[in-house]
Amino acid sequence: MSLLETHSLTAHYGDFQALFGMDIHLDEGETVAIIGANGAGKSTLMRSISGVLTNGPDQVRFDGQPIGGLAADEIMARGVAMVPEGRRLFPSLSVEENLLIGTYGRKVQGHWSLQTIYDLFPILKERRNHPGAALSGGQQQMVAIGRALMSNPRVLLCDEISLGLAPVIIKDIYDAVPRIQEAGASLIVVEQDISQAMKVADRVYCMMEGRVTLEGTADTLSREAIHDAYFGGAAA
Amino acid sequence: MIWIDTIIQGVLLGGLYALFAAGLSLVFGIMRLVNLAHGDLIVFAAYLILLLVSLLGLSPFLAAIIAAPIMFCVGWALQRHVLNRVLGPDILPPLLVTFGLSVVLQNALLEVFSADSQRLPAGEIATASVQMGGLNLGVLPLLTFASAILVIVGLNQLFYRTELGRAFRATSDDAVTAGLMGIRPDRIFATATAIAMLVVTLAAIYLGMRANFDPNIGPARLIYAFEAVIIGGLGSLWGTLVGGIIIGVAQTVGAAINPEWQILAGHLAFLLVLLIKPRGLFPRAVD
Ligand SMILES: Nc1ncnc2c1ncn2[C@@H]1O[C@H](COP(=O)(O)OP(=O)(O)OP(=O)(O)O)[C@@H](O)[C@H]1O
Ligand SMILES: [Mg+2]
Repeated sequence: MSLLETHSLTAHYGDFQALFGMDIHLDEGETVAIIGANGAGKSTLMRSISGVLTNGPDQVRFDGQPIGGLAADEIMARGVAMVPEGRRLFPSLSVEENLLIGTYGRKVQGHWSLQTIYDLFPILKERRNHPGAALSGGQQQMVAIGRALMSNPRVLLCDEISLGLAPVIIKDIYDAVPRIQEAGASLIVVEQDISQAMKVADRVYCMMEGRVTLEGTADTLSREAIHDAYFGGAAA
Repeated sequence: MIWIDTIIQGVLLGGLYALFAAGLSLVFGIMRLVNLAHGDLIVFAAYLILLLVSLLGLSPFLAAIIAAPIMFCVGWALQRHVLNRVLGPDILPPLLVTFGLSVVLQNALLEVFSADSQRLPAGEIATASVQMGGLNLGVLPLLTFASAILVIVGLNQLFYRTELGRAFRATSDDAVTAGLMGIRPDRIFATATAIAMLVVTLAAIYLGMRANFDPNIGPARLIYAFEAVIIGGLGSLWGTLVGGIIIGVAQTVGAAINPEWQILAGHLAFLLVLLIKPRGLFPRAVD
């Protein structure tokens, strides 16, 4: 049994169907990358798992329990945290308050605390009293990651944490990933930047138009196969 | 000297309006909900206090201590079971529902308590006054003003110094992302309205002790509260106090010139501020 699984997961926006029976799984301690072009449905998948979109209870299972029908806060309370696409910091909260919101209403135990987040991203300690909006894009992304880690999740969902950032900054952010893995979280990393995703992931799912088009371990998939699955080439 | 006295009376009256408005401001700031029944809820609380006063023979302040938790629950239930259902991107449904609630409350109060005007027994403090620098200030208006300051300081502490306040601000910024952080927006909204009803209870004491009330005066109180919130800048509690003071001073000064101008002067001051600063005096940076 995997830590997190989806079964024939479907998702709709009104009449528009965005996911068509997705089956993915994430094992304990694993990092899985989800890659795919714009509009493939990657964020929709993340929203379904995290409870922003609700699904049939059994379409998403976590730790053996059906969670597809739960609301976002309940899923978060069970140990699945999300770094949403576009960072989405709270503008009226300072950097530190943004981090603290990740522990709202409960005592969490584990590796991550304000102190260890500041060790991971030292610049945030300097900026801790600034409003989130006053930070650079890369620093905002660090806050968004730290905010999700503060709940000490068992699964961390990262939706395009490299979006809109310069390559050097992306490297800084991804340098933190091994430390997040060591602290015990399993990760799902959504990326458009394939090479970046391949570096941190054990396995990769490629998505197109709401379906999985390719699945495999990061070291066995050829560039051509990924290219085809990504852009819908001859093999797809 | 007469003018100074008039202005001070106006400032103190502004404290009452700020008390009327603080709950409205709190709720609007967190969930962008304009509660058109706010004035009627104050009147409802005043009747509740009156009922406890006459049934149990308590003083209005003691009765309010019993009424406060009841109003807290009323606010929680109202938000949880009624208003949360209509909150959404469209602002019209909550306006219609609270307007309907206003009408229902007025009629229910009329049915139960009749149209006779009532008053909370204030005892000695109704007429007591203190001398201050040659001015004669009523104890009741001073108490009202002090309560307004206390409420605003208290709400600001709650907002900016507590975990709940952090959740209030986060939910107000972005309810979906707040959900991802483990916050339940519907509970946050219910808690906010419940807290607003505590302020409403306090406002009801002064409403009922200062002058007569009957089931139909809610909407007029709402207008003053509304004007105070808007000229103060939506979402700013200190702004709401300043807004209340501006309306209070305009009314007393207007009344000093000609008693018929009292109400009109308040509304004119409101329009004037909006002409100069359309977003109010202390608008929030993010919106
Ligand atoms: N709120 C919405 N309402 C309607 N349709 C939506 C909504 N969000 C996404 N979609 C549609 O669902 C499909 C999948 O979108 P999604 O955001 O999941 O893609 P994505 O793979 O995350 O893309 P990107 O790489 O641009 O982030 C797209 O066709 C998109 O237009
Ligand atoms: Mg996306």
